[in-house]
Amino acid sequence: MVPADLRYTKDHEWVRVEGDEATVGITDFAAHQLGDVVFVELPVVGRTLAQHATFGVVESVKAVSDLFAPVSGEVIAANGALGGQPELVNTDPYGEGWMLRVKVADAGQLDGLLDAAAYEQLTAEG
Amino acid sequence: MPYGSHAADDRARMLAVIGVDSVDRLFDDIPDALRSGPLRLDPPEPELLLSARLQTLASRNRVDLASFLGAGAYRHWTPAAVDQMLLRGEWYTAYTPYQPEVSQGTLQSIYEYQSLLAELTAMDVVSASHYDGGAATAEAALMTCRATGRERLLVSRGIHPHYRRTLETYAEGAGLRVDEVPLVVDGPAAGTTDLAALEMMLADGPPVAGVVAANPNVMGLLEDMVRVGELAHGAGALFVHVIEPVSLSVLATPGESGADIACGEGQPLGIPLQYGGPYLGILACREPLVRQIPGRLVGLTKDLDGKRAFVMTMRAREQDIRREKAASNICTNQALLALAAAIYLAAIGPHGLRDVAALGAASATELEAALAAAGAPRLHSGPYLNEFAVRVPDARRVHARLLDRGVLAGIPLSELLPDDPAQADGLLVCTTEVTTPAEIAAFADALRAELAGGAA
Amino acid sequence: MSVVGEKLQPTIFELSRPDRGGGKIPHPPVGALDRIPASARRAKPVALPELSEPEVVRHYVNLSALNYSVDAGFYPLGSCTMKYNPKLNEWAARLPGFASLHPMAPDAAAQGTLQLLFELEAMLAEISGMAAVTLQPAAGAQGELTGILMIRAYHRSRGDLERTEVLVPDSSHGTNPATASMAGFKTITIPSAPDGGVDLDAFRAALGPRTAAIMITNPSTLGLFESRVGELLEATHAAGALAYMDGANLNAILGRFRPGQAGFDVMHINTHKTFSTPHGGGGPGAGPVGVRDGLVPFLPGPRVRQEPDGSFRLERDGERPLSIGRVRSFFGSTGVLVRAYAYLRAHGGTGLAEVTDDAVLAANYMKARLSGTFVVPFERACKHEFVASASDIKHRTGVRTLDIAKRLIDKGYHPPTIYFPLTIEEGMLIEPTETESLETLDGFIDALIQIAAEAETEPDLVTSAPHDAPVRRLDEATAARQPNLRWRGMTGVERPCGD
Repeated sequence: MVPADLRYTKDHEWVRVEGDEATVGITDFAAHQLGDVVFVELPVVGRTLAQHATFGVVESVKAVSDLFAPVSGEVIAANGALGGQPELVNTDPYGEGWMLRVKVADAGQLDGLLDAAAYEQLTAEG
Repeated sequence: MPYGSHAADDRARMLAVIGVDSVDRLFDDIPDALRSGPLRLDPPEPELLLSARLQTLASRNRVDLASFLGAGAYRHWTPAAVDQMLLRGEWYTAYTPYQPEVSQGTLQSIYEYQSLLAELTAMDVVSASHYDGGAATAEAALMTCRATGRERLLVSRGIHPHYRRTLETYAEGAGLRVDEVPLVVDGPAAGTTDLAALEMMLADGPPVAGVVAANPNVMGLLEDMVRVGELAHGAGALFVHVIEPVSLSVLATPGESGADIACGEGQPLGIPLQYGGPYLGILACREPLVRQIPGRLVGLTKDLDGKRAFVMTMRAREQDIRREKAASNICTNQALLALAAAIYLAAIGPHGLRDVAALGAASATELEAALAAAGAPRLHSGPYLNEFAVRVPDARRVHARLLDRGVLAGIPLSELLPDDPAQADGLLVCTTEVTTPAEIAAFADALRAELAGGAA
Repeated sequence: MSVVGEKLQPTIFELSRPDRGGGKIPHPPVGALDRIPASARRAKPVALPELSEPEVVRHYVNLSALNYSVDAGFYPLGSCTMKYNPKLNEWAARLPGFASLHPMAPDAAAQGTLQLLFELEAMLAEISGMAAVTLQPAAGAQGELTGILMIRAYHRSRGDLERTEVLVPDSSHGTNPATASMAGFKTITIPSAPDGGVDLDAFRAALGPRTAAIMITNPSTLGLFESRVGELLEATHAAGALAYMDGANLNAILGRFRPGQAGFDVMHINTHKTFSTPHGGGGPGAGPVGVRDGLVPFLPGPRVRQEPDGSFRLERDGERPLSIGRVRSFFGSTGVLVRAYAYLRAHGGTGLAEVTDDAVLAANYMKARLSGTFVVPFERACKHEFVASASDIKHRTGVRTLDIAKRLIDKGYHPPTIYFPLTIEEGMLIEPTETESLETLDGFIDALIQIAAEAETEPDLVTSAPHDAPVRRLDEATAARQPNLRWRGMTGVERPCGD
């Protein structure tokens, strides 16, 4: 069961909204599909992201996947811990495995994100 | 068919299991209009006859000449042990080590090769191999563009013309701009990269991603690579240092010159001349660029019992995983040649390698004196290791005449550098540890005779 | 019983001791390097390992024993064509006349090699149905790049600058889209049809004025002949695009289908697949590229030409102004090409046709025998390779194709290609080639059937395989997270090299 208090995208990112800031990561489903994460490429702080644009890459031993911005905004933090411990994405995808924090440019975009139930249904369909 | 293993009734048994009466049925899905007729090739040749044919062809090549030809590929002595090892089927008939549990031989040998070249070049990371010096240089240049986000390359005319041309072909495909940095024309620095011009080119025009220069350069001359690196970095560009591996036992390394990437041709490390290949593309970089380096990388790890083991790693960079986003499409590379280089270095040892370089230099000093005395002084005055250019009027004609006398007098500069009209009167010559005093004397005598009027 | 040797080896760095070895090279005269300025010298002597010859030999012999190899066993690797590597070819390549020839030797000194290369080009042109062939590319991927760059040059020469896309099927080898990117093209991936072949309608929909080329493997990477290839080629040409054929699966069609004759414009050949040049643990190979008439001017240089007097020469710079230029130093991987030449001469046209027939026969035999045990997604006759899937085994038992592959090692076999093409779930791509005996094929089939049974009754045995290899499953995650790509520990040669 995915955390009920988060929002999700069809690209398997999760979003935690706190005021006008959003923390972003990938879901346990995505991490499981990738396998052992070995490297995460994240944008520099200060970069402006457009919704749906690629903001980085996550690599596992045998796969690679683009990461898509769930909302537009300026990157205010990137999780430096993933440099030395990329496995946090596997062990704690919704906690220590967070990827970046964004200052949300358009709160309206949040409404377009999936809620936990809708995301669960998406992953059940496979 | 010479290598098939099917006994008389095997085919019939297989057809019966499949449930068809003829193998032709298995090709029924080829549309009639697209079927080909039989291949129009000569009939099969049994090994006895084929071996004679191959002998005859090989004997039509002249490899008995007193050769002073270098220009990017070098005649060296390889210890007999190297080829004896390479003849083992466990090495040359093995597949790419995708299943590490049954490929520890290949994997460890590549890790050792990476380590040996890292020490030789004083760089952090060495790829498992690239195709050859030209392709490695081209990919090194592409790396600088990816790493900096810039689209312009400055390439010294001091790098081998084949590397320059290959780089241009790759750059064209990637939509990159390549500008050539000229060589100094006169004076003590003649024949080396024109640093003043380089500085100007870095300052004018679109930002430069990478500066590519070689040491020794195509004329055999030593270059001030530290200064090239400083200029490049001063303009925010990366510095690609093209190397010759034997010379690195005595010359300053790319690591010491501040290079970001090192590349070059590994043929001098135990690989026969073979008319151009297969050779060994050396590609190395500093640690921060490791994710940009194309080709395979072998890493050290453990198995589940804790035993040390080797495995291809950082695979997600490669084409089978990253597909259209891969840095390079390279798949099959030159693994067996990397093994050859590693065995060569292990067999020769550090003192041996340094002696190979020093012997080449010593013979070069002799050759320089002998040719000058015969009427062909050096074209340049800067320091060189074992390769240099001499002034010979009507060099092409003299070269052809010397060939008739059994001397392969290097290569005419006008042939090596056809796009440089100023090179009509030069020969590029080199010596190595296999050059003998008798060969030097034969060259000098033949040259003297030619220059004196060329009587038969 | 291990399929390979057991003795793991220390590295050459750990075997090194000061003053061990040497003695191969005479001492240079004192002062040989005095004329090199100090500023140009390496600061510290190079710290390479010092081993005696016996140590070097033991090291490399024992390491080699840890390798599986064609000479030792069967590699049913789909897409790789791991056929036998003839020993005559090794002998031929080592003839001093071939091995000692400098690549910039004058044409007069290189007549034997030039003739061999000229004849080889003609043979490959006949086999591929193309007008001319470049022998330069060092591998299939480099051949692909060469081919796509020629296509690019062709369009640009006609003022057609808007063609920015290359179409590839989703089953393509990863080199295809990677190549397209290197040549500045955008890759459009076209999903395959349910029967495994190209979806003609989807291709037609994607073909247009922005299409530079399609890249097709035929037979496909599933081992199936593209019966719709005629229509696909027509549609491609009608859209003004060119058709590139990835020739990796050429072993399936020798003497039955000639791509150039059928309408492909460019194709590459992997000599290390179809024409037996050895894989070498990851190369060298060679990737000759054939083109139809209209593309000949764009071939990379130099080519080998024959003079009216019968002699041979290399093209000079600038002889073909439309050439895309060089794709590498010197002529090519001539040593590999000598091996391919010997292979082609040994077989002749009739021999090559037998190669294809036997390769296709063996693959269909294996497919028939394995159909009861594994899911075989495509019923119709395959060519030289076929796909089997362990998807239902996985659903029933949790045992995956990866586990089955590792367990095959315990049974004495190299695993087949797994998880390629990407379009098949839990896929295995099996290619026997024509040089394996029926006993070998049956042995492999029996082993796979045994493992399928083990998956039901003793799944742990399979999921924890291999048990009988020098090392067991590796920690690839740590290897990628904390890469250790070179040995650190040699700090310097103990005795200075002396000047």
